[in-house]
Formats: sequence, structure tokens, C-alpha cells
Amino acid sequence: MPAVIDPPSLTDRDTQREPSVAAPHSPLAAQMPIDAARQQDVLSALRAVLPAHCVLWREEETRPYECDGLSMYRQLPMVVVLPETEAQVVAVLRRCRELGVPVVARGAGTGLSGGALPHAEGVLLGMAKFNRIVAIDPLARTATVQPGVRNLAISEAAAPHGLYYAPDPSSQVACSIGGNIAENSGGVHCLKYGLTVHNVLRARVVTIDGEVVELGGLAPDAPGLDLLALYVGSEGMLGVLTEATVKLVPKPALARVIMASFATVEAAGDAVSAIISAGIIPAGLEMIDRKGVAMVEPFAKAGYDLEAAAILLCESDGTPEEVAEEVAHMQAVFEGAGATRLAVSRSEPERLRFWAGRKNAFPAAGRVSPDYYCMDGTIPRKRLGEVLTAIEAMQERYGLRCANVFHAGDGNLHPLILFDANDRDELARADAFGVEILELCVAVGGTVTGEHGVGIEKINQMCSQFSRDELDLFLAVKHAFDPSGLLNPEKLIPTLHRCAEYGRMHVRGGHLPFADLPRF
Amino acid sequence: MSNSEAIPPALRLFSEQIRAAGVDGKALAVGGGGTKAFYGNGLRAADAQALCLSAWRGIVSYEPSELVVVAKAGTPLVELEAALAERGQMLGFEPPHFGHQATIGGCVAAGLSGPRRMASGAVRDFVLGIEMLDGRGQLLRFGGQVMKNVAGYDIARLLAGSLGALGVLTEVSLKVLPRPLAQTTLALPMGQAQALAAFDQWAAQPLPISAAAWVDETAWIRLSGARAAVEGAVRALGKGLAPVEPALADGFWTSLREQTHPFFTLPSASASPSSPALWRLALPARCAPLAPPQEAGVAPATLIEWGGAQRWLQGGVEGAALRAWVAGLGGHATRFRSHHASADAVFSPLSGPLLTIHRRLKKAFDPHALFNPGRLHPEL
Repeated sequence: MPAVIDPPSLTDRDTQREPSVAAPHSPLAAQMPIDAARQQDVLSALRAVLPAHCVLWREEETRPYECDGLSMYRQLPMVVVLPETEAQVVAVLRRCRELGVPVVARGAGTGLSGGALPHAEGVLLGMAKFNRIVAIDPLARTATVQPGVRNLAISEAAAPHGLYYAPDPSSQVACSIGGNIAENSGGVHCLKYGLTVHNVLRARVVTIDGEVVELGGLAPDAPGLDLLALYVGSEGMLGVLTEATVKLVPKPALARVIMASFATVEAAGDAVSAIISAGIIPAGLEMIDRKGVAMVEPFAKAGYDLEAAAILLCESDGTPEEVAEEVAHMQAVFEGAGATRLAVSRSEPERLRFWAGRKNAFPAAGRVSPDYYCMDGTIPRKRLGEVLTAIEAMQERYGLRCANVFHAGDGNLHPLILFDANDRDELARADAFGVEILELCVAVGGTVTGEHGVGIEKINQMCSQFSRDELDLFLAVKHAFDPSGLLNPEKLIPTLHRCAEYGRMHVRGGHLPFADLPRF
Repeated sequence: MSNSEAIPPALRLFSEQIRAAGVDGKALAVGGGGTKAFYGNGLRAADAQALCLSAWRGIVSYEPSELVVVAKAGTPLVELEAALAERGQMLGFEPPHFGHQATIGGCVAAGLSGPRRMASGAVRDFVLGIEMLDGRGQLLRFGGQVMKNVAGYDIARLLAGSLGALGVLTEVSLKVLPRPLAQTTLALPMGQAQALAAFDQWAAQPLPISAAAWVDETAWIRLSGARAAVEGAVRALGKGLAPVEPALADGFWTSLREQTHPFFTLPSASASPSSPALWRLALPARCAPLAPPQEAGVAPATLIEWGGAQRWLQGGVEGAALRAWVAGLGGHATRFRSHHASADAVFSPLSGPLLTIHRRLKKAFDPHALFNPGRLHPEL
């Protein structure tokens, strides 16, 4: 195996690995069939390095892995492997590298961008058996965990020491820390406590060549380039995580939530800016619009104000004295911003009930609609009112309802488009509605994904957000870790041809890249 | 030549300089105010041409209600910090300047954080986005102005601390924090072992500690946050001693950040048989007092910061022995400052697959190895 593989020149890169289409590129596309002869070759190679019970190939066994949380994209993998040790992961990756077999890693399969969507010619590498909490060090305030450990399980294990793991995506009861690291997940409390990248100290990663590298470390500022920051959020494309060390933070003595009602979404958006301008960093700051409230209240019975155009949930945590001071300050700001009603939680059960609606938005959506499509984009906070109004108008045009619940504190939107997937026209309209929302996010200075990742879902929108030179550098970064291009191919970074097909090339300053390339 | 960016005229000159250097095979010494020039390995190329960003300066946008500031790379750090202070905000990582010409671009490229690092985060934790010129002279943007942004690989954060090895920063977007409502410093006489034990114990509690240091048999704790929280912490930790007078406290923390504290004065070059140096040790939490390998039976002087995670050693220590010993503790060592150049590399070595990945990344960003060759690592 050569020690250094020079990257191909940029002009070679797109033709080097022209993908045979091996997974659906849109929700309306059919699944790709499995090549049975190839499957047998791959199976015999993997059975030589794994116990029989770790290798699945019959359709009834692999069907549960055909999609992740983005269920409108489905593809059966050729083979599913469920390794139990790092040595097995190394062996699987080496075999796949030798045979040129793509590998898609999967944690709990709760991801919302199709990051774990299998490849018809590939191996689905399930890390669920890596579910051990290796060590909790209460004085150092760290937890060393395997990637299949559930996010909430880390906090549960740390609780006896008065500590917890702060990033709390709404799926935390089910999602895995490995998946969180792959997506750089956020959650309600990330405004104050940071994203996953701010809370991970060390990642132990196996490359496609079967080499183990340690990124970051227990000591701050590891030497060399910050590869840990690069790895977090890399969506399974650079290496497979087998262990990580994360930070634990002391549990605050007390937390209180204010529920503030507003007569217009603009007023609610302005109130969000006012809180930040007042020098307050709330533990959580979430917004739910009228449609969202109507959707969640009958389900969660949280006591939400059904009259309001939008409600804000604003949390303060700390010592009792700190919380008293901060809650008074927050109330004053909300009153100044024209809140029509204010309620403060008076007990822990009441605080949890206030949050129940927001945290259960998905099950609530499932109750009022056969299907829903959860979008994820981020915009500068000051554009909240404007974007919500634009989404309101889009509902009319697409003939579909859209509720909005989101992390207002950091401008991370989660529009929930309600539709019926059995109606192919509604499915197509829901998809188009989502695309328009994302492009609006980019247009107002934001990004196509705040926390759910790009995966397969937003790969086309990457053509709008980035120039070809930038996308090429992403491909080169990928190549630095995975020259073979076998880890999670056709996700995250669109090739030149894909952008040309999609027709949404990023044109900056009137200069069209590769002007002589034929357009389809 | 790809032309997907309309490059502003001033940056076009830099772009041309980069392309010309690529053709000629000439190295480029990328810098701003030169305040961090002492830091890192010497450049591999003796005849590197200067590429200086200090004229490319100015705050592009600053939105206190968005907690974001965007500035051209050559913007003086003093100017940026003054603009933030005027609106009651600050850079959470409390960076050292090491000179009044320090620029924000150099600050991000050097990746050095000050006393607040363990409480608030490192430089890279606050980087939201960057604009840069790569080794082909192309102008590229990564990240943006919003913290919640997972589109693509995190190249913006990768550039923090890269010492110019991957490209020329032209603009940075940073998250800013509100200044604390209240702040108090305690100075508590105690020995090193006791201080480290206390730091560990306090860090596990929800105390508003923004900085923790130890020098000259005294533990210094800075408490920052809501008034009620700070007052409560003073009562709990202060042992009845009066807090340090605010101007003295600010002076102390600044002297640590800027390394003007008497501890940091390098002994004269003639005082020790080997080249004296200031060594920076980065250690995992819960690391006990150090007994580093000594030279000539003299224990190096120690100053502790970041609650124990960053420790400075002054005096003659032999590099290889020190590195091996620190690695055994799970940390790493940097020869931060010295009087003389040394054949020994400044940073802990990289090897194996990690080094291979570094080489490939360098090639991807800077195919002709133009930028600061050797500064981050002898091979990069």
C-alpha cells in the first residue's frame, strides 16, 4: 500500500469516479436492484473476517436498514454487517477497500438527511453493537463512549455525578453519539452549551485503508491541523468512528422556562433579537408558530396559547439566584418587545410540560398528517420574520400546510411540511416546497443545513451555496482521507456533472464556471 | 484558470502574487503584523517572499444582536476588540496580542487562546466562517455568519491554528459573546498540589469560573457572570479574603495573556548550558503536579493556567526527554519561545497515517507548497 497517494488533478476528479447510479437521487426514483453475483463475492469476503451472526444479506434481514429518518428515500444495501470489535471494523474496511465496495456507516438510523441511506452495491456498516460506555471520569468531566451509545444514555450515566452531556437533539432518546458526531448535531441547548464539535475532545477513527487514527486528544490544542474539527460533521465520509471522548458539564441547580406569546411572527422574531442584544444567552430559545401550536397542543397538552401568532420558549439555568436574576431580565425584555402573555414555569414537572410540545413536534405532526417533511436551514436571526412570512406565502402556492418549530435563538429553522406520500403529486410538491425554503435560506445569508446534515437530501442545494472551486476543495479534503472514494459515496458533495444537471450552478459576480461545458 | 469568483482588485494582487510564486516555485511568508513571528518552526525556504495582509483591514459588518462580527484579516486586534467593547461584547477566547500590530487574521491563524479558554472555548470554537486565497490564487468562502451550519466539511475551523500552511486568510467571521455582567478575582495563597486539586474540584461544580491560574505559591481565580452567581462563588471559595482590587486583577490576567508577567522573561542565553526556552505543556484534566525530567539538577519554574490544562516551564529542559515524558501523561509539549533556533522541531511530531492525511491536505490546499513551508511541521 503506498504511503502517500497524490490527489488527482482537479480536472480529472469528476471523471475519475463517475457514479453508476446506485441509490435513488430523488424521493420519486425507484430503488436500485442488487447484483446477486457481486453480492456472493462480497459475502464470502466478509464472512472470512466476521462471525456469521454479524453478516446479513437476505432481504427480510436487510430491509430494516433500507432508510434512516428520511424515509422518502429507500435503498436495500447489498450486505449489512454488524461488527462487535474495532478489529472487525478494520478487517471489514480493508476487505471493502480491496474489492472496491462502498461502505455506508449507520448509528441509530435516526438521521434526517439520508446520510445512512444504503448503496445498492455497498455494505451497510451498522455500529449499533458498539454500545458500551467505556468510562466516566467525574473529576476530569469526560465520558469515553462507543459510537452506538445513545445520546441520552451518556447523560443518564453521568447523572449520579451531577454531570450531563449538553448537546440534546430532540431525537436524543434514540440517536447515537456516533451519528451526532457525523452530523455535528445541535439541539435546544446548543446556543449556550455549544454544538457537538464544541463538546467532543477526541475521536478514534478507522480509515478506509483500515488504519486507526486518533483525532484531538484529552489535552487541549492537539499538535498539527485540527482534524477533529474537520471530522465532526463529515457525515461518514472521512472515516468510521470506533470510540470518542466527550465533555460533561455540571448540571445546573435549577432551570425555568418562560412561555411568551406574540401577536405577529415579526414581533416574536424581534423579541428574539432583543434578548440577544440585552446580553442574555438563554439556555434555550425556541419558537413555535400558530400552526405548530395548533398541531402540538392537543397532543402534548402543554398549555400553549392557541391565540398567539407565535410563542417563544425561553429557558434560564444556573443557581437559584442566577435564574431569578436572569428570568426577571428576560421578562422585562419580552414585555418591552410587546409580548401579549407571559408564563413562567414554577416547578420542574411544569418546565418539562412547557417543553413537551416543542420536543414532541414530530409525533404531533404524525397525528395530523400521513407524512411530514422536516426541513432544516439556518438564517441570520434578524431575517426570521421575513422568512416566516415568505413560507406562509409558499403554503398557498404549493397547496400544502407548513408548521414551524425551531431553534429561534440561533436562527435554525425546522419547517414541517405536511403531505400524503401516497399522492405522488403531493410528494413532488412537498419536495419542491422544501427546496424553495432552503434556497431562500441561502439567499438571506444563511445555510442549507443547520444541524441535520446534507446527506443525499440537500446535495443539489450545495450547488447553490458553494462555487465549483469550493466544492472541488471539499472533494480534495475527502480524497485526503479516502482516496478510493468508498466511504458513503454520492453524499454531501455534488460533482460538477450533478450541479450542471440540477441547473443551479452558483454564479458569482456574473462569471459562469467552466463556461464551455455543455449544459443538459 | 477557473474564474468563479469576482475578486476585489486589492485581493487580485495577492492572487497574482500567489500564482506567480507557483510558477516560479518561490515560497511565500504569509503574515499580518508579525507579532506571532516568533511562534512555530522557522520556514524551510530562506528566500521566501513576504505576503502581508496588514493593509487589507476593516470591520466588514458587526451585528451585536446576531453575536457575529466579520472583519478583514488585516484588521488590528485592538481595533476589533474596542469595537466589541463599545457594545458590551468580547471575543470569548481572550486572545494574546503579543504586540499592538496584531491582526485578527494572524490571531485566527496562530490559534492561540488566553485565560478564558477552558471556560469559553478555543479560537476555533468561535470561527463561523472564513474567506481565503488558496495555493492556486482562488478566492474561497467556507462557513458563513451563522453558528448552526453543517453544510460541507468544516474548513473554516480547520484554518484556525494552521499557521498559514493551507492558505491566506482574507476575512473571518467570528461569534462574539456578551461581556460578563460581573467579574471578580480571588488570589488564594496555596501550594501547587493544593491548587491543582482545588481547580479540579471546583471545575466539577456549576461555578462561574472564567480563568484559573497558579504562580508564586498563589492560586488566582477569576469569577465572571451574573452578579448573584459571582457573589455566591466569592463567599464559597474566598476563605473570607478580600477579592483582588479590579485594576490589579485586570493587570494580572493581562500579564498572563500577553506573557509580560515576570515569570515569562527568558533567562539570559548565557545562564544555562543548553538553549533556554519557554515550554508550553498541554495536559489532560486531573494531571497532578509535574516532576519533569530535569537538566543539571535544576527544576524548571512552573506557571499553571487553564485550571491545570496549560502549564509553562521556564529554564533548561531537554526537548526529547520532555516530549516523551509529557506524551506518557497523555499531553504534548511545544517549545514556545527561545533565544536560539534549534534543530528540534517546535511542535510534537506527527507520524504514520495522521501525517499522511496532513500531507494530502497540504497538497489539496497548496499544491506548490508555497505558504509558510515548514512552519507548522517540517514536511508541510
